[in-house]
Amino acid sequence: MVDVPLGPAGAVPPADVEDMSLYHPHSWVTKYVFSQDAKVIAVQYSITALSVGLIALVLSWLMRLQLGFPGVFSFIDANAYYQFITMHGMMMVVYVLTALFLGGFGNYLIPLMIGARDMVFPYANMLSFWFYLLAVLVLVASFFAPGGPTGAGWTLYPPQAITSGTPGGQDWGIILMLVSLMIFIIGFTMGGLNYVVTVLQARTRGMTLMRMPLTVWGIFTASFMALLAFPALFVGCVMMLFDRTLGTSFFVPAIVEMGQPLERSGGSPLLFQHLFWFFGHPEVYIVALPAFGIVSDIISTHARRNIFGYRMMVWALLAIGALSFVVWAHHMYVSGMNPYFGFFFATTTLIIAIPTAIKVYNWILTLWRGNIHLTVPMLFALAFIVTFVNGGLTGLFLGNVVVDVPLSDTMFVVAHFHMVMGVAPILVIFGAIYHWYPKVTGRMLNDALGKLHFWVTFLGAYLIFFPMHYLGLMGMPRRYYDSSDIAFVPSSAHTLNAFITIVALTVGAVQLVFVFNLLWSLRHGRKADGNPWRATTLEWQTPETPPPHGNWGKEQPVVYRWAYDYSVPGAARDFIPQNEPPVARPSLETVS
Amino acid sequence: MTSIILFLAGLAAFGGWWLAKQRISAKPWLEEGLAGEMPGTGALAIPAAKVGLGVFLAVVGALFALFISAYSMRMGMSDWRSVPMPRLLWPNTGMLVMSSVALQWAVVATRRGDEDVVRISLLAGGFFAVAFLAGQLWVWRQLEESGYLLAGNPANAFFYLMTGLHGLHMLGGLVALGRTTDHAWRGEAPAGIRLGVELCASYWHFLLLVWLVLLNLLTGWADNVIDVCRGLLT
Amino acid sequence: MAVALALVLIALGSVLFHLLSPWWWTPIASNWKYIDDTIIVTFWITGVVFVAVVLFVAYCIYRFRHQPGRQAHYEPENTRLEVVLTSVTGLGVIAMLTPGLFVWNHFITVPEDATNIEIVGQQWQWSYRLPGPDGKLGSSDTRNVTPDNPLGINKDDPASQDDVVVEGAELRLPVGKPVKALLRSIDVLHDFYVPEFRAKMDLVPGQVSYFWLTPTRTGTFEILCAELCGVGHPQMRGTVMVQTEADYQAWLDGQSHRSFARLTAPGN
Repeated sequence: MVDVPLGPAGAVPPADVEDMSLYHPHSWVTKYVFSQDAKVIAVQYSITALSVGLIALVLSWLMRLQLGFPGVFSFIDANAYYQFITMHGMMMVVYVLTALFLGGFGNYLIPLMIGARDMVFPYANMLSFWFYLLAVLVLVASFFAPGGPTGAGWTLYPPQAITSGTPGGQDWGIILMLVSLMIFIIGFTMGGLNYVVTVLQARTRGMTLMRMPLTVWGIFTASFMALLAFPALFVGCVMMLFDRTLGTSFFVPAIVEMGQPLERSGGSPLLFQHLFWFFGHPEVYIVALPAFGIVSDIISTHARRNIFGYRMMVWALLAIGALSFVVWAHHMYVSGMNPYFGFFFATTTLIIAIPTAIKVYNWILTLWRGNIHLTVPMLFALAFIVTFVNGGLTGLFLGNVVVDVPLSDTMFVVAHFHMVMGVAPILVIFGAIYHWYPKVTGRMLNDALGKLHFWVTFLGAYLIFFPMHYLGLMGMPRRYYDSSDIAFVPSSAHTLNAFITIVALTVGAVQLVFVFNLLWSLRHGRKADGNPWRATTLEWQTPETPPPHGNWGKEQPVVYRWAYDYSVPGAARDFIPQNEPPVARPSLETVS
Repeated sequence: MTSIILFLAGLAAFGGWWLAKQRISAKPWLEEGLAGEMPGTGALAIPAAKVGLGVFLAVVGALFALFISAYSMRMGMSDWRSVPMPRLLWPNTGMLVMSSVALQWAVVATRRGDEDVVRISLLAGGFFAVAFLAGQLWVWRQLEESGYLLAGNPANAFFYLMTGLHGLHMLGGLVALGRTTDHAWRGEAPAGIRLGVELCASYWHFLLLVWLVLLNLLTGWADNVIDVCRGLLT
Repeated sequence: MAVALALVLIALGSVLFHLLSPWWWTPIASNWKYIDDTIIVTFWITGVVFVAVVLFVAYCIYRFRHQPGRQAHYEPENTRLEVVLTSVTGLGVIAMLTPGLFVWNHFITVPEDATNIEIVGQQWQWSYRLPGPDGKLGSSDTRNVTPDNPLGINKDDPASQDDVVVEGAELRLPVGKPVKALLRSIDVLHDFYVPEFRAKMDLVPGQVSYFWLTPTRTGTFEILCAELCGVGHPQMRGTVMVQTEADYQAWLDGQSHRSFARLTAPGN
């Protein structure tokens, strides 16, 4: 980057980052493999994350088979079951959702949406992906290690995670898991620095903060949070790795392991939980905030209406980002921590519901008096609202300390977090892929297959997770390999479990249709023009589609307006791109 | 978790102050630009690399603040036996201070364009940093010989872990410093390496600050502060 | 269009499911009906919000679907509306949080007359210790664990000699008497969970956690472990038997052979 000259109204970015100053790929390898172009890195991140997602999907089938039909599938023993749930959880939360939203969408959309030619540190950006890939390989390697992967649950609570009663606890499983997470965090830090600094420093002329699309706001805030939250997981991983391999006792108190007293003393299992959830709770919002941003843009574009209450949306994002660092112990109400913490954390947790509710109101008020095109991305965005509201509201049960007491560690929790941070963000991911696929590839995804994918996924996911709350309310505990012999569970509950399994397999199968659509449309999809959704944001205004290296051809765009000029009274079209120069029009002040 | 919360509160205050200057209460839909008019974007008038370093230091700061949080939570338990501080830590600290001073000297020299001073001071900075690391390794050996093994007591484990992590960060910095020094000795003009020298110097000062905080903590001077914080929590 | 219909069905279907579902909480057997009441309050508030939001979305989709010639209304924001909505949300949050915090205060404040009992978890079984005639539990430490002292009770503490150690049998509690359960683990995390009691709490090695309750009806209930504790987690079950005061006392009087002093006596 060049030094930025100071203009009269603060810093004005240079007219252009010269094409000369960009590195240029010279061979196939530097163009597609060791590429430093954020768009290629984005595709690499996305393909890797989606592949991990497919593995996690298969794992979820296996665990659902066991839950729905206990004892029928002899190859799923208790060890395997716990390994499946652990790997499914960790893969989905960290290696799929975080990587896809920040590494995938962040890399693709940030430079394009703010009118930059690329990320500010392309080399670190490239390294970030390769670290991520290495982390994935180490994680997957644990399937083939002696003893298999860890079965400690994705929360990896010690001492259980590193003792012999747990699969992988005294074998390679837990070590590979911790090492993989550490590699992931180092890689993510390199990427995250890029996302944050690019938004801060590389916005094109005229792109003030308040003219940024909410997608960029969401990814920017989430990247910042991730940069500050992941170190907590890193610290926990390092200390647990020391406990496991070098015999320290950070987290392991004096305990008896399988009848033998262990040479440890005084460690604190709760210390790990504090560290883990200090990362773990912001992590929920690290996934949610990009989803909030993306869904705002999808709804606004396809309802042909500006996002309602843009300023409130930005403030709510920032408020959620800040508050999410002081709610972590609501995951620990029944952990045996100081019970007086419950008052504080229940209050902060329920306060965070207010900015979140504001976002929901503004989405639905954007639909009000809109001009709603029920395209596939829009369908997914609408489904997101339903599942997110459902999952968010059940969060009010679990956040309200005393209500959490009977519900914690039951299937209610499983249903809640799958609805709110599984189904809801994944629906956004699907919507976003249908929305931006034409920009990435130059072709539209098949509409009919898209609608099939949408209906089965949305209704199926709701059928899986809504009734599951009631199993939890009844008291069915989570992480049970087999709950068929619990006295108070009626046989109808087992029928429900079998039903959920069948729906889950169906929903899983339809994801293969989606993968097929992604591959098939690459060649056979309808050709898309540069701006098929008639959207205002900059990524749709590139001179070429897909955008080449450097994004903008000869000169970077200049931004004249905010990102949501849809259906402006008196305008010729129902959208005005951000880089369209102003024409003499009646003042807007009379309108608002 | 007090220290990490305080650290983040500090960052949040800074972020809030910065955002407050970015007109985030403006109504952007009323602010259609005129052709040729360019409002400032709020980007800082410094190179992206410096902003990047600033954000990175925030991350490193969070990492150490978390270790300090864990340390203070863990040290409240009954089995804590403090590690005696080897005297060697004082000369080591001196080395680190010298290293920071040398790099600051290099910054001044690059601004003046004094090539020879730049080269010498960069080398000196590197030399003192290596001396610091060697001294730290020597401290480890001394402790090990006097029976303070890693797994012996959580205080020992924290000592090795935190000094080790600080050393690793130093080592990473040395790679960057090595590259800059190399450029300087290959005859690149001071103006060309100015950014690199400034980044190294900032990183060094930060690591010196972290080291001083850790030293305070490990020698127990900070115990009283921690006691007060713990008192607030319980 | 189909999606508007689907959303209406989801809203109404969810309510119907809630009302007709055969899957509901187990009949309560402790004093924590307050918790159930708080859940009901929360169900009402969140249920109304959910149905309102989903039906509103469905209406918007139907009413404002794209038709030739339609143009969306241009309105960047409406501060008054947002302030109203925020305030209403704030009120809803207060309505849920306030009873929640009151009940929580109740939950963590143990009554003076509660009897201490100890529940010890290990992979993968439950053990219990009841105070003997002296009404006190002796001290303990995981480092004292040996084959003939599996709970790690302190042999030198006079208070521990008459403690009744219950291993491999059910936990008995008298009905109508407040009990403070002290929770201890000698290996990994566990969680003492009896759905009928509503209360639950983790057992953490290296510390003692607690909860309290008053059993309100007699009967036999299943104890589950609710914190993943290794591969045998789902098999970690136990039984708690709530008896009338007289039955309980009669049983306790016959337990002198289970006293700690007797169990560890040489030659036993």
